[in-house]
Amino acid sequence: MTEPHDILFRTLADPTRRALFERLCREGEKTVGALTAQAGVSQPVVSKHLGLLKQAGLVRDRHEGRQTHYSAQLGALAPLVDWTSQMTRFWEARFDDLENLLRRMDQ
Amino acid sequence: MNTEIRSVVVEREIAHPPEKLWRALTQPHLIAEWLMRNDFAPVVGHKFTLSGDWGSVECDVLTVEPGKSLTYTWNHVHADPAFDLRSVVSFTLTPTGSGTLLRMEQTGFRPEQKQAFGGARYGWEQHFTNLERVLAGLEQGGAQ
Repeated sequence: MTEPHDILFRTLADPTRRALFERLCREGEKTVGALTAQAGVSQPVVSKHLGLLKQAGLVRDRHEGRQTHYSAQLGALAPLVDWTSQMTRFWEARFDDLENLLRRMDQ
Repeated sequence: MNTEIRSVVVEREIAHPPEKLWRALTQPHLIAEWLMRNDFAPVVGHKFTLSGDWGSVECDVLTVEPGKSLTYTWNHVHADPAFDLRSVVSFTLTPTGSGTLLRMEQTGFRPEQKQAFGGARYGWEQHFTNLERVLAGLEQGGAQ
């Protein structure tokens, strides 16, 4: 029962991996080379961390020519995110759309 | 198993009268414009489905007080307990001088929800807050 959470926590407990993951969240898809340029560690080390992130389902890779592109898989975090904060954001956004609709509606 | 019940409350002052807001909350083609595609009917006991790009929510109308309040179940049934949610959504409309105070309260639980999710063991909780901030910036209104 606890395994999926344990894998996520173990994977993200490492600061280098967490930094890589957060960067992919913020900046979108990146190649290993682009990630290495700012990671402060060598490319093999970055690749090893990306492999572990992939095993945890936190990133996905896509091959294009000789390049491998990585992107964050936000759905993988769902087990960690409290549903109440997810729903609060959901309803806030829905209320924005509701107000837009009301402005367009006839009295 | 931890089935802790929690609530979400979102309130907003809306610059439109309750009658108009009620239409937006109860007419299927209008609900579709701000919430999700649906087969809603303002009838107690009516079962309907809200369909989004990410999945669907099974609902059952519990109470209807025209122009004042509306309650329905909001069950997101999912094989993965991390996504499974059993809840009730209540909308309350209170007239104000310039419009309506709209209050949404959602109360429920995830059947397999775990408190703190064992995160403390890895000293990860402080980072989790950062991550939520990142997610808040990315999510444009879709519940995952």
